[in-house]
Amino acid sequence: MDRRATFDNLWLAGALVAPQILLVVVFFYWPTMQALYWAFSTQPPFGGTNQWVGWQNFEQIFSDAVYWNSVRVSIVFAILSTALSIGMALLLALMIDRQLAGHKAYRFVYFWPYAIAAPAVGLAFRFIFAPDAGFVSAINQLAPNLWNPALKGWDAMLLIVIANSWKMMAYNFIFFLAALQSIPRSLVEAAAMDGSGVLRRARDIQIPLLAPTLFFLLVINITESFVDSFGIVDITTGGGPARATDLMVFKIYSDGFKGLDYSMAAAQSIVLMLLVIGLTFVQFRYVEKRVHYA
Amino acid sequence: MRDAGMIERAPLLNAVTHVLMIAGLLIAAFPIYVVFIASTHDLPTVNRVPMPLWPGEHLVQNYTTVWNKSDFGAKMINSLIVATGVTIGKITLAALTAFSIVFFRYRARMLIFWAIFITLMLPLEVRIVPTYAVAADVAEPLRWLVWLFGFELGIAPINLLNTYTGLILPLVATATGTFLYRQFFLTIPDTLVEAARMDGAGPLRFFREHLLPLSRNNMAALATIMFVYAWNQYLWPLLITTDARMATATMQLQKIVPGPLFGQPPVWNEAMAATLLVMVPPLLVVIFMQGAFVRGLVATDK
Repeated sequence: MDRRATFDNLWLAGALVAPQILLVVVFFYWPTMQALYWAFSTQPPFGGTNQWVGWQNFEQIFSDAVYWNSVRVSIVFAILSTALSIGMALLLALMIDRQLAGHKAYRFVYFWPYAIAAPAVGLAFRFIFAPDAGFVSAINQLAPNLWNPALKGWDAMLLIVIANSWKMMAYNFIFFLAALQSIPRSLVEAAAMDGSGVLRRARDIQIPLLAPTLFFLLVINITESFVDSFGIVDITTGGGPARATDLMVFKIYSDGFKGLDYSMAAAQSIVLMLLVIGLTFVQFRYVEKRVHYA
Repeated sequence: MRDAGMIERAPLLNAVTHVLMIAGLLIAAFPIYVVFIASTHDLPTVNRVPMPLWPGEHLVQNYTTVWNKSDFGAKMINSLIVATGVTIGKITLAALTAFSIVFFRYRARMLIFWAIFITLMLPLEVRIVPTYAVAADVAEPLRWLVWLFGFELGIAPINLLNTYTGLILPLVATATGTFLYRQFFLTIPDTLVEAARMDGAGPLRFFREHLLPLSRNNMAALATIMFVYAWNQYLWPLLITTDARMATATMQLQKIVPGPLFGQPPVWNEAMAATLLVMVPPLLVVIFMQGAFVRGLVATDK
C-alpha cells in the first residue's frame, strides 16, 4: 500500500483516524479486556472489588454439564443450518446461472430473505411451525403431538435450523451466483462444444471452480451460526424446551443478564471469542489464497 | 451483463431447472406471503389449521391495533434514526480513516489498520456484558485512557443507556467499511494526487473535491448493507433500552409476543402485522437498491 504521492500534515492524519480509534478502544478493546478480567476473577457476594481466581471460572464451566450441552447444541445447529443453507443456495445458483427464461425474476426474489431481521424471521417461522396454528401443525391431525417444538427438543432445533437457513440461503446464493458469473464464459462454451452436457459441466467445471467460494461460505456460515443466532432463538424457543436450543450465545446472555453471573458469562464469552478468532484465521488463510487465485 | 444463454437442447433438464427455480421462489417468498396473509385475518381465522392462503378483511383493523397499542410509529421512527445514524457514522468514519491510512505516510498507519481490522473477531455477542457496562458509564474507559497517558482526570460518569447516542455509537466503528474504502482508495492513481497538489489543493480539498465524488458507487454499496444491518439490530437495543420511548421496531417484536414457545400463544394476526412492519424498510432497500446491495455484500465479503 505504498504510494509515492502523499500528504505530509501528520496532525491532520492523526485527527482523521482519531474518532474511529477512540470508538474501537472504548467499545471493543476495553470491553474485551474487562471480559478477560472478569473471566479470571469473581465478585465477592457482598460487593467490593473482584478477587483474582485464576482458571477457576473456566474449570467451573468446563465441568458443567449444562455448558457442554450448549456447546453440543451449538455444534448441531451450526452443522445442520450450514449444510442446509449452503446446499440449497448452491443448487439455486446453478439453476439461475443456466439463464433460462425468467431467471432474473427468480434471482431477484432469492435475495429477499437476507434483508429481514432475525427476530422477524424467527417470528414468521414460529407461526408457520406453531404446534397449534399455522401450517405444519396440520400433521398433528394424523396423530396428536407428532410435531410440537414447544415440547420436543428436536422439533425446536429443526425450527431454528430452518429459520436460520432460510435467511442464510439468500446470503450464500448471492456469493455462489457472483462466483459462477466470474467463471469465463468461453471455458463453459468450449466444454459444451466438446460435447459435455449441462450436468457434466456443472460437475467438472463449475463446482470445482466454486471450491474457494464454498470454503469461504462454510467458515462464514459456521461463524455466523455460533455468533449471530441470538435473535432467532430468543423469539422462537427461548433456549428450550429443556435447553434443547440453548445455544452458546443465548446461554451467555441468560447467565449474564438473567443470572447476573458476570464471571461465568465472561468466561464463556472468552471461549466463544477464541472460537471466532480461530475461524477468522482459517478464513484469512483462504482470503490470501483467493487473491492469488483471482 | 452477459449475453443470453447458449442454445442447447436439453428439454428434460430445462423442465427440472424450472421446477427447482419455482420451488426456490416458493421457499424464499412463502414465509413473507404468510406473514402478510396472517396479518389480514381476524384471530379465529388466523388460528385455523391450516390457515387460509387468501387475504382476509381485517388488514386495516390489525395494523391500526398494532400501531396504536405499542406506539409502533414512534418505534419505527427510532429505528429509522438509529439506522440512519449508524449508516452515516460508518461511512464517514470509514472514509476518513481510509483516507488517512492511504494518503498520508506515517509509521503507525498499519497498526491503526490492524487495530480496526481485528475488531471483526470481537463481535458484540461475545462481549455483551462488558460492553453494556461501558454504555452504562463511558467515562470509565476514558478515565483509563487518560491515565494511560499519565494524567489523572476526574470525568463525571456518562450514562448512554436509553439514549440515541448509546444505540448508535457502539455500532459505528467499522472494519469492513474501512477495508472497502481502503481498497478503493488504493486504486486511485498517484497522478491524480500529484495533479491536485499541483493545483494547490490541500489534503482536505483533495478529499472533498476528488475522492468523495469518485467514491459515490462505493458509498451507495456500503450505505445499503449498513442500513439493513443497522435496522436489523436486535440484541444491542434490547439490552440498553428500558424506557419504552427509546425502543426500536425490531426489539419491539419481543414485547408483542408473550415469551417463547411454551407460554400462551401470541395473538398471531397482530404479531404478524408487526413482523411485516419490521420487514418492510430493509426489504425496500434491497428491492430498489439491488445492484448496490449485492455489490456491497460481495465487496466487503461480509
